[in-house]
Amino acid sequence: MTGDVYVVVEHWNGTIAEVSFELLGLGRQLAQASGGKLHALVLGPEAKEVAAACGAADVTICVEHDALAGFSPEAHITQLAAILKDRSPAFTLVSNTSKGMDVAPALAVALKVPVVTNVAAVAVNDGAIVATSQLYGGKIAVEAELAGGRAVLSLLAGAFPADHGKSAGAGAIETVVPAAQLGGSRVAFKRLIEAEASDVDISKQEILVTVGRGIQDKDNLPVVQELADALGCPLCASRPLVDAGWLPKSRQVGKSGVTVKPKIYLAIGLSGAPEHVQGMKDATTIIAVNSDPKAPIFDVAHFGVVADLFDVVPALTEKVRELRG
Amino acid sequence: MHIVVPLKQSPDLVEELEVNAEGNDIDRQGLKLQVSEWDEQALEEALCLKEASGANVTAITADWGGADLVLFTALAKGADRALKLVGDFSTTMLDNHRLARALASTVEQLGANLVLTGVQSVEDLDGQIPVLLAAMLGWPHVSVVTGVELTADAAQVKQEHSGGLVAELEVKLPAVLGVQAARRAPRYAPVSKVRQMQKGAKLEQLSVAAQDAGSGLKVRRVFKPQVAARAEILEGTAEEIAAKLLAVLRERGLSL
Repeated sequence: MTGDVYVVVEHWNGTIAEVSFELLGLGRQLAQASGGKLHALVLGPEAKEVAAACGAADVTICVEHDALAGFSPEAHITQLAAILKDRSPAFTLVSNTSKGMDVAPALAVALKVPVVTNVAAVAVNDGAIVATSQLYGGKIAVEAELAGGRAVLSLLAGAFPADHGKSAGAGAIETVVPAAQLGGSRVAFKRLIEAEASDVDISKQEILVTVGRGIQDKDNLPVVQELADALGCPLCASRPLVDAGWLPKSRQVGKSGVTVKPKIYLAIGLSGAPEHVQGMKDATTIIAVNSDPKAPIFDVAHFGVVADLFDVVPALTEKVRELRG
Repeated sequence: MHIVVPLKQSPDLVEELEVNAEGNDIDRQGLKLQVSEWDEQALEEALCLKEASGANVTAITADWGGADLVLFTALAKGADRALKLVGDFSTTMLDNHRLARALASTVEQLGANLVLTGVQSVEDLDGQIPVLLAAMLGWPHVSVVTGVELTADAAQVKQEHSGGLVAELEVKLPAVLGVQAARRAPRYAPVSKVRQMQKGAKLEQLSVAAQDAGSGLKVRRVFKPQVAARAEILEGTAEEIAAKLLAVLRERGLSL
């Protein structure tokens, strides 16, 4: 076993994902603590391009193969396991994204090491790795200790600063020969469909009203739509409402939707699950209305109202209308 | 085509969660459980596939909480078979490896072509069930699936990525798919139909052996996270709150 840290870098067509910098930053810290080196793992035909952005790593490992184009879970896991099984790193860091959800548990089974999911903090105490996960929609934290000093960690996006993983420096590049089994992958990546064109780009708005499950019924949507109309901004929603077909996908804020940074973000009837918070926590001012005083949304909001949205929202709409004449 | 749908009962987050006396789990006494919302989506997608191409659907769940009602409801919605896994699940709650091993042996016995289950649950500490299950079975898998079409020996699936990107993949069967969302909202099972199943339908049972090899994790502490800063709470009548909110909006850059 070594104290080395390996970061699985994510990219689409050569553009590195922001979350990979968060992992590289944490990886740098862990490598220092455990006296090892930081390695970045970049797979795909564009690996060399992406490696240029991984200056924070001591070594960037590149594997170029057509089976690694786009994202086939099986091909990526096969290749990563082939690289890591003989190197026995202390930490393998993966982000808790769609790709990471496919990679982290499978890699842990292949390498016969534990995996911790939804990780928001990592510490090394007397040689033992302690990872803290956010579970139950962010309401409960669980501190897990890993025996054996090795782990695959799946990290929540936004939990670690990206700045620490950005470096103008250039580490060494190591090119690895693709694994022989890649040709036999049972999962074939076909193509990437770009997001549908939409009437409005919610990532470019100064103010947003977003509604969550607290609205209860589709028939209640006019209550919040009227506020959005009065404020002259689009109405957005959390995942469950979009899945139910109440609002279009282009209006979904969060991990699997759009990341937004407006000046003002009004969260109405939203509990504040980590998947949602990830997409809006960088708004300048966050105002939350929720009837549950313990809703996690109040932990990220700057201003909170603990009340029935059906009382407060119409009253606010009325006030805004009065002012706008 | 035989589709197996594992359903997991997990805490309803509408309820307040407490930490147990030992501080190593949530307090599960009297806890309100529900079928994990992603598993509901997986069952719906399985039933849609059955309607589209005539598959057989088997719903399975581990014997805790309201397992019987979960299975009768699945039958009422249109599942062909319902199977309850019986055994000691006391160490399974925060250990998905153990649950996945029990599911893997069950899936092997049932001879499934496809497993559809929720991409995650609200209590995934040691990896998500579909990927662990696939890794243990040696089957291919895709997570965060939002659309499935079946041919004789493969599934065409849509995988959702952040930023509104969707990938199309082809997966050879047998496979495990972690479902994010079904093609339509999960159907509702009328109470009368569930009752009818409770009277007439049969639940199968399968004993699963205790699973020794778990997650390899030791839970040191379970706690409610302390937050550095909380929102400034605005109080008053609806009218007063609205006035305060308006003041905040104007101060923070809303031009009216």
